[in-house]
Order: sequence, then C-alpha cells, then structure tokens
Amino acid sequence: MTFLAIVIDGFIYASWLFIIAAGLSLIYGVMRILNMAHGSFYAIGAYTVASLAGWYWSAGLPPYGGIVLMFVIALAVGALVGFVIERGVLRFLMDRDQIVMVLVTFGLLLMFEDIIKLMWGVQSYYAPEPYSLFGSTDVGDLVFVNYDLAMVGVAALVAFLLWFGLNRTRQGKLLRAVIHDRELAITMGINVRRLFVITFSVGAALGTLAGGLVAPAIAVTPGIGIEIIVLAFAVVVTGGLGSIQGALVGSILIGLARAAAVNLYPELELFVIYGVMALVLIFKPRGLFALASTRKI
Amino acid sequence: MHTKTRLRTLSALILASGMMAMAQGAQAQDPLKLGLISFYSGPVSGPVGIPSRNGADLIIEAINNGTLPAPYTAAGIGGRQIETVYVDEAVDPVAEYRNAVLRQGVDAVVGYASSGSCLAVAPVAEELKTLTLFYYCGTVRTFEEGPKEYVFRTMNTQDVENIAAARYVLATRDDVNTISGINQNYGWGQESWRDFSKSLQQLKPEVEIKSELFPKFLAGQYGAEVTALSRNKADLIHSSFWGGDLDALILQAAPRGLFKSQTGLLTTGGTALNTLAKQIPDGTIIGVRGNGGILAPDSDFNDWFRAEYEKKYGEQPTFPAYYMAQSVLALKAAADKAAAESGSSAPDMEQIRAALKGIEYDTPAGKVSLNRHNGHQAATELAYGTFKLVDGKPTLENVIRYQPNCVIAPEGAKSLDWIEAGFPGAQCD
Repeated sequence: MTFLAIVIDGFIYASWLFIIAAGLSLIYGVMRILNMAHGSFYAIGAYTVASLAGWYWSAGLPPYGGIVLMFVIALAVGALVGFVIERGVLRFLMDRDQIVMVLVTFGLLLMFEDIIKLMWGVQSYYAPEPYSLFGSTDVGDLVFVNYDLAMVGVAALVAFLLWFGLNRTRQGKLLRAVIHDRELAITMGINVRRLFVITFSVGAALGTLAGGLVAPAIAVTPGIGIEIIVLAFAVVVTGGLGSIQGALVGSILIGLARAAAVNLYPELELFVIYGVMALVLIFKPRGLFALASTRKI
Repeated sequence: MHTKTRLRTLSALILASGMMAMAQGAQAQDPLKLGLISFYSGPVSGPVGIPSRNGADLIIEAINNGTLPAPYTAAGIGGRQIETVYVDEAVDPVAEYRNAVLRQGVDAVVGYASSGSCLAVAPVAEELKTLTLFYYCGTVRTFEEGPKEYVFRTMNTQDVENIAAARYVLATRDDVNTISGINQNYGWGQESWRDFSKSLQQLKPEVEIKSELFPKFLAGQYGAEVTALSRNKADLIHSSFWGGDLDALILQAAPRGLFKSQTGLLTTGGTALNTLAKQIPDGTIIGVRGNGGILAPDSDFNDWFRAEYEKKYGEQPTFPAYYMAQSVLALKAAADKAAAESGSSAPDMEQIRAALKGIEYDTPAGKVSLNRHNGHQAATELAYGTFKLVDGKPTLENVIRYQPNCVIAPEGAKSLDWIEAGFPGAQCD
C-alpha cells in the first residue's frame, strides 16, 4: 500500500511539474531563452481561472461547462500574453547573449508581479468547486481526489501532443531544425521569427494551463509565480535544458522522490528535490536528455 | 566680559530658549509617524496582512478623531495625530525597518507577522532605539534570548496557544490517544509542534505520536502529506499552518476527508472560517492565537469594533484585525498613562515607552496586560472552540477560555522548562 501511495502521489505531483516544465523547456529548446517570466505565466493562469471560473461557479451555471471554461481561459490567456511578450519585447533582443535574456525575463517576472497586484489586488482568490466536482477514489484505506488523478491524464495528453507536434507535423519538423541549428535553418528559408512567436505562445500557454489547473486546490495569492519558478528550473535542469522528454523524466523522478520522502523519511522532503538534481548532474552535467549541440568552427 | 557683550550673550540665550520652546510646542502638534508593518503582498497578505492593516487603520482613525469608546476619550497620541507609514514585510524586513526609521523618520513601529521577521528586527530596534511593538509573531525567543528595552509584544507567544490547545484537547476530547502534526518547516512550525506535543504528553503521558511532517513554508501542494497522514492514522492532527498554506491544506484535505477521519486542530484556523467554511468539517478544533475574531468576548468595545469594521470594510473582523488594533491601542493607552503621570499633555516617546512597561489596557478582545518579561510581553486570555457549520454559517461551540495564569509560564520561567516540569504553579480553576 505504501508503494502504491508513493507512486500515485508521485505521479500526481509529477503531472503538475511536467506541465509547467514542458513550457519552460520548449521555449529554451527553440529560442535558447531561460524564461524566468514563466513563473508569471503560471500565476496569471491561476488568477484568471480563479476569478473567471470562480464567477462561473457562483453564477450557478452547469458545473462541467466550468471545466471546459478553465481550459479555454487558461490556454487563451497564456497564448495571448506569450504573443504580446514575444512581439513586444523579445523579438527586439533575439540575438543577445543568453545571460541578457535571463535578466530581461527576470525583469518581466518582477513587472508581472506588480501588474498582477494592480489587476487582482493582494487578497487571496478561491475557486474550490472543480476540485471536488469529480469526487474521489478509494485505494485501500486511502482516498484520492479524482481531479488530481485527472491531472495525470492531462499531463499525459500534453506530453503526447508535444511529441506528436514536434515529430509528426511539418511545423514540428521545422522547429526541430531550428532547435538543431538556428543559423542553418534560417539559411534554408525557415521563417524562424514566426516559429518563435508560435513557440513562445505555446510555452506560455502551458505555464498558464498549469496555474489554471492548480488554482482550485490552493489559495491564489501574489508570489505563487516566484515560488514555482525555482522548482520548474530544478526539473528542467535535471532532465536537460530544452528537452521535452527530459522534462517528463525529470518531473517523474522528482515527483516520485518527493512522495517517497514525505511517506518514508519526512525530514528529507526539502532536500530530496535538489538532491535528485545534484545526483543527476554529478553523472550527467548537462542533464539526463541534454540537447546535442553542434560544434561550430 | 564687557557689559555690552554680556547683554548680547543674554539676548542670544533668551532668543535661543524662546526658539526651543516654540520648537517643542510645534513638535507637540507634529503628527506621530507610525510604521505599520505586515505582509501586504504575497500569500500571507489576504488572511493576515490586510485584515491587520484594516483593524489598525480603523483604530487610528478613531484615535485621530477622538471617537474611540471609553476609556479612550482624548484625541491623538499625547495630543499628536497619527500619520501612518505602511511597510511591506514581504520585502527584506531588516532593510525596510532601517529604511522606515532612518529615512522615513517613523517615531514608532507596530508590526511583524512572521517570527523570523521579529527575531531579525528586534536587535535592530534596540540598536536604533526605536519603540517597536510586535503585534502577531509568536516566537518565544524574542525575550527569552535576552531582555529588550525598546521592543514590546502585545499578544501571547506561540507556546501559549499550544499549551492551551493541549488543555482544550484534554478537556473536550479525552478519547485522543494518538496525535500527528503537520507544521511549516521553520521556527514557528517546529516550536508549535514541540510545545503542543510535549504539553499534551505532560498532561496525558500515554499519548503517542504517529507522524511529524514539516513541509516547506509556502509549499502549496500537500497531496503527499495528506497521504502520509492518512496512511498512519492518528486520533488528532495538529497544524499551526497559517496564511495561504493553511488555506491550501484545508482545500486539499477536504475532498480526501482527512479532518473527518482524524480530528483537525488548527491553531490559526480562525482566519479561514469566513472563506473556507464549507471545506472545514464539523468537529475541527479552531484557535485564533488569542481571543480575537470570532472568539472575542462580548463587550461594548467589541460591539463597537465589530460594527465599525463591518461598516468600513463590509465584513466581520478576523483575529489579525484585532491584534494589530490592540497593538496600536497599547501606544494610545501608554500615551494617556504617561500624560496622566507626568502632568504633560504631550508626553514624548521616551515617556510613552516607560509607560508601556507592565501596562494593562482595554481592547476589543478584553484586557491585555504586559506583565511578562519585565513588562514587555503581553499575557492575554486565550480561547479555543470546536467548529460547526450552522445554516451555512461558521460557528464555534464548546468554547473554553483560558486565563493567562493557566497557560502562560510565570515571570522568570522559560516556557519549555515550564512545560517539561509539568506546568508548576498553573492556576486553571
């Protein structure tokens, strides 16, 4: 039972981590931007869903419609914010050093923190209705919330769509060409700037989706975006920067390790996330699935 | 010295004395700059910081207008109006404290929700010789690690609410033989759990500990913790979670029935009563870190505070509103006392500080006495109740009020020593 509990908890936590980390990794893989503002996208998703979905439920409208609304709102607001940031800020800085881009996105993170406070104030937002909407499942003596279990399905769907999009579509093939060698891709006539907009919008939408999906289980308050970005970076560094499968494996490793620690050795809970990361980096300094880089003369 | 020179010197002295007197007179009319410091952003702002500020603002407005109920009648603090300077505790507390005192020139500070902030700020307050009243943080270390001159605290320390919690469990749930704890992984959470578990085991030695969990502060996700607590069932789960962490724990525990199958004891649960009443199961033991909020005793002062708060903010005050308000009231009471003792209508900050030592004064939550740690630490009544949702509204039943001499270590005794010695001298009748 303990083993089963660890596996279930681990995968639930990993699902949430993966949806956040996949967006971060996708953006880095294609654009070589370590996007600190990803934490803001997460927070924006949580706020938007908590306020709009909260309104939906309080209006007494059909409950399952609210779930659809959550997805639509979270993805739409992420794509919109991503589009505006890419077109309005990042495209002017594309050829700058990666460190400059880290600073730029960190600046965006701080600005978004204040924008969020201006828009939503500093009080907490709650939208708990969806969390208990699907009921719960008994596993032996333990009770798991079906909403959490569904998160595993959502994460699996996101992983499949990303794999399919990157490997089985023309746009995906173009993206992989850009990931492999941006300069060569440009010389081959690929519209890299257009792909950047699409990538950044999709990555941002994954961040807002993660925030939107977690909103019913937490009090949505200022600062949640900053808390999450450190964790998301631990996942992508463990898996290998820019690798979607790395984000997936990194999320599962960290999710399972944390669940095992909480259930078996609670005093290791804080240590274990970064312990896993450190252990991986000792043997694979660029992460488990680091992107191969071409040597340029 | 020539007569002419003597006359000039005398004239200059008279002029200087006159200017000093004028300056002193003007100072009496200058507003008293009061730093109000709490979490105005971040996960703690909604449940704690904002209601705290609302409570303080309400009292300050009444002090300035002279509309406070008896015994506070004269307007102002020693005749001076209060001018507030808001400082966000979420930013570096020490740097912002220095900034408030040295750059913004605050005369006194009322603030700090986090124990970490209080531990960091106390030595700086002593260094800058600035009157500082802690209104909410609970660590016992503030005064147990050494006496303070400029630092006061106007509510109980965290040990008190955990000793009271243990006594409440014993009084209302004598079937509790096993306990678990989920507390935040820093001083507040660790000390709360230590004091609660040790107190309960002192009072009932056969009590056994099943699980002790200390997740990271602001972790937000507690699925694995809920599983761990569910796997290793206890009769009661103690938590001193506060702010957004408390809300998240309640939200995530509710659909999994954690606090239905094991009684929850939430020492700061009072902040969640209005927002998460539907998620808290009946039977959950709720504390308010003292006797404010829903557990404030009936009185004219409390009726006035509740009515004015609801009129101004459209909701009932939760307990953080009471505690920052009672900290501001300590200043007012001390200024009135200093004025009466000195015969001056405008006591200075040193006189107010001296008057604060050992003061007893009225608040919407009853009497507060600063009678511990050489007159710097408050001892107040403390209450617990058991949650019950009645017609969709949160209520507390089986309320028990503990007097300070029952749950607070006597003057000169360290709290943990007192607990481990079996509460010698406790008067609980």
